[in-house]
Amino acid sequence: MNFGFTEEQELLRAEVRKFLDQNAPLERVREIVEAEGGPGTDPALWARMAELGWVGLNMPEAHGGVGLDLETLLVVLEETGRSLFPSPLISTVLAAKAIERFGSEEQQARWIPGLADGSKVGTFAFMERSDTLGAEGVETLAKPDGDELILSGEKRYVTDAAAADLSVVAVRSGSDAQSLSLVVVEKGTAGATAVDYDAMDLTKRIGSLTLEDARVGTDCVLGEQGAAWPAIQWLLDLGAALVTAEAVGAAEAALEITTEFAKERVQFDEQIGKFQGVKHPLADIYVDVESFRSLVYYAIWALDQDADDARVAVSRAKAYCADAFPQAGIMGVQLHGGVGYTWEYDIQLYLKRAKWVRPMFGDADHHYERVALLGDL
Amino acid sequence: MDFQLSEEEEAFRKEVVSFLDEHLPEGTERTPEFQAKWTKAIRERRWVGFSWPQEVGGGGGGIMEQVILKDEMAKRKAPALGSCFMGLAWVGPSIIQYGTEEQKQKYIPDILDGKYQWCTGYSEPDSGSDLASLKCKCERDGDEYVVNGQKIWTSIAMWSKMMILLVRTETEVESKHDGITCLLVEMDTPGIEVRPIKNMSGGAMFAEVFFDNVRVPVENRLGDEGQGWQVTISALASERSSIAEVHGLIRKIEEVKELARNTIRGGRAMSEDPGIRRRIAQAETKIEAMRLNGMRFLTKQLKGEPLGSETSINKLHRADLEIGLGELALEILGSSSTLMGGDDAVDGGAWAKYSLNWPEVVIGGGTPNIQRNIIAERILGLPKD
Repeated sequence: MNFGFTEEQELLRAEVRKFLDQNAPLERVREIVEAEGGPGTDPALWARMAELGWVGLNMPEAHGGVGLDLETLLVVLEETGRSLFPSPLISTVLAAKAIERFGSEEQQARWIPGLADGSKVGTFAFMERSDTLGAEGVETLAKPDGDELILSGEKRYVTDAAAADLSVVAVRSGSDAQSLSLVVVEKGTAGATAVDYDAMDLTKRIGSLTLEDARVGTDCVLGEQGAAWPAIQWLLDLGAALVTAEAVGAAEAALEITTEFAKERVQFDEQIGKFQGVKHPLADIYVDVESFRSLVYYAIWALDQDADDARVAVSRAKAYCADAFPQAGIMGVQLHGGVGYTWEYDIQLYLKRAKWVRPMFGDADHHYERVALLGDL
Repeated sequence: MDFQLSEEEEAFRKEVVSFLDEHLPEGTERTPEFQAKWTKAIRERRWVGFSWPQEVGGGGGGIMEQVILKDEMAKRKAPALGSCFMGLAWVGPSIIQYGTEEQKQKYIPDILDGKYQWCTGYSEPDSGSDLASLKCKCERDGDEYVVNGQKIWTSIAMWSKMMILLVRTETEVESKHDGITCLLVEMDTPGIEVRPIKNMSGGAMFAEVFFDNVRVPVENRLGDEGQGWQVTISALASERSSIAEVHGLIRKIEEVKELARNTIRGGRAMSEDPGIRRRIAQAETKIEAMRLNGMRFLTKQLKGEPLGSETSINKLHRADLEIGLGELALEILGSSSTLMGGDDAVDGGAWAKYSLNWPEVVIGGGTPNIQRNIIAERILGLPKD
């Protein structure tokens, strides 16, 4: 048994860390995301990350990826999370995984190389106005018309919606509760419009994809038409796991920033970190971060192995994180006192990230209910 | 990462399973005859003191095998490995590490056979969590030490034949951690008086122990004079790293789920109540986090790295769960939850009693706030208060 990383993985972590420290310290991250009308990301940095193999890290080698597992990607995500690095990494990985796992060889060859080399951005679009993660939440219709499908509906809360060159979209292909399909909609398709919303966490772009009689060929359907519900569930699980993995790094950074502040800040002639009213909440945050770290490490491993308990493992990790990370952010701001509330201080950036993480791919209520169901309750 | 067992480990797991198949058939009743046969069988296998050196009668087993053994036994709800709890948990390991050859020969076999219980004379009325501030007086008189003073919160002192006792042999010391000595004391030595402390659940687990000119032979000293603190620290470390307690919590959460399914209030099973469902799932998730945290600590141990203060993480979780599961059970039960007897008391009031017994595990070994101090100061590097 080994519940830790290999030497190679630790080397990769150090490389990513160094790269982000040099190229994307928080001042730079602020510049990128605060630029009026900007892309919300740094295309040059994204291209260099792709060159270094980090974007295509777990995409298949045959299609330009590096062919490593999710566990290795986890190392990268912890570091991008620590830096609040604004990039479409998670959405692009999700699109690529959908195509790799459920698409044909031909579809993989058509789309994955562009995603792996960073020239194309991908995303996975599931959520709609019902705001639920169940199959019944998908109302977007796919009407067959010869060798085409006519899509109509609106996808919401899509990460990197406007940036995405291709979106893997969950659509309804029949009236049966679960007769869903996954289709790839490319940017520029007539009738498909993507816009980004104003959002609290500027480091994460989020928007909607509106489909008004948008036509895609049936060769854009991943897997068997009308039978994609299990595939969709797998993607939702993967999304929850990746978001949680990134949250480990972010929550840890929030703890570090607050701990450093508590060591430096002097009040009542003492470093405030000396007071139990400060050190105990920090200890509690540490306990929580270490705990959802263990839970998500295992969940990622279980996904890599296609283990039977992968679903419940993902739900445990995301549920714990969805409660604990916002709490860590709130406490972090509070322990900073008034300055924590200012735009200038960094701790508030992490609180906003936590609030982005909470609903993404299921909040604590959703995932605890699934833990209960899977645990025969 | 790799959570699969290696070939050797898998072979060992199968060995454990077939042993259990043979000695613990389905639905085994825990009669005294069964218990005697079971004790004999596991002693012959050297599974009691599994990780102790073979020279002292232990199994010489590895950490990973021990985990496999405990896992498989927990799955089958097998009786504990050995019956001398504190002897196996930390008295034995301390004697193995610091004891003389005579002490090892005298005490280790009895601990393995579970011949009698040991208790731990650490806490004093004024020392509380500041264990090193203890004052229990000890003066040397020829070949004997003479002990005067008092201990408190001594678990099962009234049922123990032996005590591992911390006393102060020097008062003029630079650090309060110096001048403490560890003695192995027979509980029937003249001058020792044990008074059980009735607790809030009506039972008694702890006792006060009074020492009035109690004479202990010098050969019963464990480690050097003044070395008592080191002896204790290594003993407490082995207490904190014990990850086996997760098995007990897994059993407990299963019982709570069963209780929720069987308790009908307002015409529906409490297992259908959304609030109860969430809290059960939350507790289950926390237990799984403990299990996985334990595996991460274990990985460190397997790599030969020493375990530090991170084990306080699981102590905090456990404290939370021991209190929380009791409260959850009472909320499931509703009005009958306060009954300790009578026809309406579910399981004879067992849950009410459970919900009052958490201090034994929550306060023993350091209160939650002490664990938070440990994490804040030793891991996060915050200044001492």
